[in-house]
Amino acid sequence: MRSNDLPISRVDWPTVLVYFALVIIGWFNIYAAVFDGQAAKSIFDFSINSGKQLVWIGASVAIILVIMAADHRLFENLALPVYLFFLVLLLLTPFLGKEVNGQVLSIGVGSFRIQPGEFAKFATALALAKVMERPNFDLSQTKNQLIALGVMMAPVILILLQPDTGTAMVYFALFIMFYREGFPQRYYILGLGFIALSLLALGIENNLYLAIGIGLIFLLLVSIGKRSWKRTLVFGAIALVMIGYSYSIDFVVSKLPPHQQNRIMVLFNPDLDPLGVGWNVTQSKIAIGSGGFLGKGYLQGTQTKFDFVPEQHTDFIFCTLGEEFGWLGSLVVIGLFMTLLYRLVVMAERQKTRFARVYGYSVLSIILFHFMINISMTIGLFPVVGIPLPFFSYGGSSLWSFTILLFIFIKMDASRSQQLGRLG
Amino acid sequence: MNDKRPFVIIIVISLVGLVLLTKLFMIQVMDDSFTRRAERNAIQRVVDHPYRGLIYDRNGELLVYNNPIFDLMVVPKEFSVKDTAKFLSIFGIEKEDLVTAYNAAKKYSSVKPSPLIKQISSTDFAKIQDFLIDYPGLFITTRSVRSYPTPIAAHALGYIGEINARQLERDSSDYYEQGDYVGLSGMERFYEDELRGQKGVKYKMVNVRGVDKGPFKDGAYDTASVAGINLTSTLDRELQLYGEHLMEGKTGSVVAIEPKTGEILAMISAPFYDPNELTGADFGKNYSILNSMDSKPFLNRPVMARYPPGSIFKIVQSLIGLQEGILFPETTFACNRSLVACHNHPSPVNLFGAIRNSCNPYYHQAFRRIINQEISSNTFKDTQIGLDAWREKVMKFGLGGKLGVDMVGEYGGDVPSSKLYDRVYGEGRWKYSTIYSLSIGQGELQVTPLQMANLAAIFANKGYYYTPHLIKAVDGDPTRIPAKFRIKNDVGVDPKHFDLIQDAMAEALYGTANRAIIQDLVIAGKTGTAQNPHGEDHSVFVAFAPKDDPKIAIAVYVENAGWGGRAAASTASLMIEKYLRGQITRPQLEEYVLANNFIY
Repeated sequence: MRSNDLPISRVDWPTVLVYFALVIIGWFNIYAAVFDGQAAKSIFDFSINSGKQLVWIGASVAIILVIMAADHRLFENLALPVYLFFLVLLLLTPFLGKEVNGQVLSIGVGSFRIQPGEFAKFATALALAKVMERPNFDLSQTKNQLIALGVMMAPVILILLQPDTGTAMVYFALFIMFYREGFPQRYYILGLGFIALSLLALGIENNLYLAIGIGLIFLLLVSIGKRSWKRTLVFGAIALVMIGYSYSIDFVVSKLPPHQQNRIMVLFNPDLDPLGVGWNVTQSKIAIGSGGFLGKGYLQGTQTKFDFVPEQHTDFIFCTLGEEFGWLGSLVVIGLFMTLLYRLVVMAERQKTRFARVYGYSVLSIILFHFMINISMTIGLFPVVGIPLPFFSYGGSSLWSFTILLFIFIKMDASRSQQLGRLG
Repeated sequence: MNDKRPFVIIIVISLVGLVLLTKLFMIQVMDDSFTRRAERNAIQRVVDHPYRGLIYDRNGELLVYNNPIFDLMVVPKEFSVKDTAKFLSIFGIEKEDLVTAYNAAKKYSSVKPSPLIKQISSTDFAKIQDFLIDYPGLFITTRSVRSYPTPIAAHALGYIGEINARQLERDSSDYYEQGDYVGLSGMERFYEDELRGQKGVKYKMVNVRGVDKGPFKDGAYDTASVAGINLTSTLDRELQLYGEHLMEGKTGSVVAIEPKTGEILAMISAPFYDPNELTGADFGKNYSILNSMDSKPFLNRPVMARYPPGSIFKIVQSLIGLQEGILFPETTFACNRSLVACHNHPSPVNLFGAIRNSCNPYYHQAFRRIINQEISSNTFKDTQIGLDAWREKVMKFGLGGKLGVDMVGEYGGDVPSSKLYDRVYGEGRWKYSTIYSLSIGQGELQVTPLQMANLAAIFANKGYYYTPHLIKAVDGDPTRIPAKFRIKNDVGVDPKHFDLIQDAMAEALYGTANRAIIQDLVIAGKTGTAQNPHGEDHSVFVAFAPKDDPKIAIAVYVENAGWGGRAAASTASLMIEKYLRGQITRPQLEEYVLANNFIY
């Protein structure tokens, strides 16, 4: 068994260092978020969240060691069983789990609880890698597209039953990996256009202006190109569909649950209800915005320490950073995330097996999505969705699932020379 | 085909980072409004209100002080009582009231303090003070209200109240905030800057529920309040109190001045009110009651009421005539009643007799000489030149313009100029016969009681006055009063001319104001009657005493009390006696004044 005498030098140390940098900075920020100057407790105090997070971090190190010590073929072999296991777990969660705020996210015994939705991410990534690894699996073929989407959608549907929209959304990030693996470009253009049109339709108060705009573009396109009835009809039909869609999106939004409607409304008009629905975003922006260039100093943040920002140690952990370390601190952390993401591209591209590459890009997709959406929502660029900042946010499930997700890939990468090249 | 896709992904990652960092730069570095909003959120500015300066009378008697009142506050979350009966007996509160107040407090906030018992007096506070420590969640806040040990001089002292929107807007120094108390009238307003002191500020941190989280940066930005400056007023508490006693039930003014300094010894505006009514919780209620009364107790009559000066003005005319060399002590005119009405007295009279008998035709003729000096051959032009020259001299007596007393809202009165008559009659279309009523202090002439008292001071001083004022010392230092009150104003008449005037005024009491005569105390006085087209004439008297070394100059107006020799002269005489002798030897006269019946 040569796999166990893995040379340490093959591990991608920059990635590991970035990981630990993020985890440790996150840990300090969790302490800052719960810090109370009048009843100061040690960062190691297990009665507060920073102490608990230290336990999760310790456990993560153990998880890392286990992963690094495991046989690299294990992941490929266990991909589908693990995936199925988590699907079953997700299926059971609504029945066995504990209800909190109308959501059933976790299962477990006593205080030991895990969120299957978090762990299903790496399982799904493994499963997709396994499925797509098959020879001649070409994503330009509809059949293969449906298979890949099916593997991706199964956990999504189960998570939506909990219901946890934020976590479910994360899976759609895998379209980034699909893109790399050859999913036709036209769908992306269509999708981005769809998103842009949705934003315009929601953002522009009167849809008539949007309709006039679409109409003008239609006239422009018809008048400059070659004149043919067929072309005019196609463009006309597209324009009509777009106008129809822009009108219907308001209707669709009105059918969403009220709390989701409000989150969307607040995005376009943050001052709509600063004490109610807009509270989170307003206070979060105040926290980050008040940090200035250098920040207020560690443990000096008033917004986060005095509980103005809800969920400050979990989903809104970035507020603590922005407030206490300012733009410079934000730059460092965003820089670390971007380094990690660039590194993941480089690592994924150097894989010799499609299995590893698909998995690598899945890791990248999921981390990129979390990173982008989490920070965006704290600064009012995206509606509030409850997803954590990878490695940073408080919570065992989140930290462990990201650790597993990332280190399986680091392990694959370290063992890549032992793989048989199967890329073609 | 897929070779360029990794680069697209790298571009996407870069774009995401760039967008996030740009947006962060915008809200963190470029937009500082979030910093202010964060401070507004978490840093509470607590103003430490300074102790307002006290006001003493000229003898060091306290006129205005601050009375602390205590509110017992409760933080419902921390509050608990084991023995309710004991609690109720210590704090002297009924169970129902406690429950009502506690529930209201709890409804407002369980972690923020609310009042449990309001306006506890100092004595009650002393009783409960020691027990407070046994009850967590209870503490005392102190406020202070203005208080008046002797409820006098409401108009002169003024009152304080919450600053209004207009005052806030005008406050260029940005010192005041909504809810601050400022002097709204009298000395409280005029000396606001001295009395108010300097506010202190404490910054404390609060969390999202408003719970106190301790001082911001350990109090590095906190400042302590500085107490206001104590003022000494020129008022004499005893004299003011006695004057108000005499003016009870009347309408009018009494102004007494120390001639040598211009210090106002007493300033009574009747009807008056108890200044304690405009303090504390009942301010609003009492203010609107007082404000709506027909008798207008808020009108500060000594400086706001205007009357024609009447006969008293003849003294000013005499002095101008003497100084001009137009009148001489021996100048004689017949009491020609075809010119203007008069009363029975020997005729003709010289200047002394004219003052003593208040002879109207004398001044009709004397004033013609002052006005028409034949500078111009055109009688219209000549009158115009004469009037304006005369007006300038009259105004040196502190008439026709504000004296500049340290009160807000003083009226200047009126001494008409040629412009007024030009406007009414047309230029060159009026002459002496148009303006002759000025000769006897009627017509368009208007003076305030304060100006009349100041005239008495001028007569006493033989030709000068200090601007009447209420401030004697600032923080015990007489040199810190406004400089203008230490400038001697000369009226431009040689002192020698005053001897005759003073003699005539002393003599005038015999005949016109017998009631004012005091044994062994020579008072120089002059009666006046301000004609009142709306009813009974106003009784007016000005005087100073003792004649040879004047210590007090006084003007008394009693509205609708008829002839000056009765109500006003009697009141003035009693005031003079009170001030100079410290006691009243004529109880019948006092009773006469208090009876408020001046028909005979």
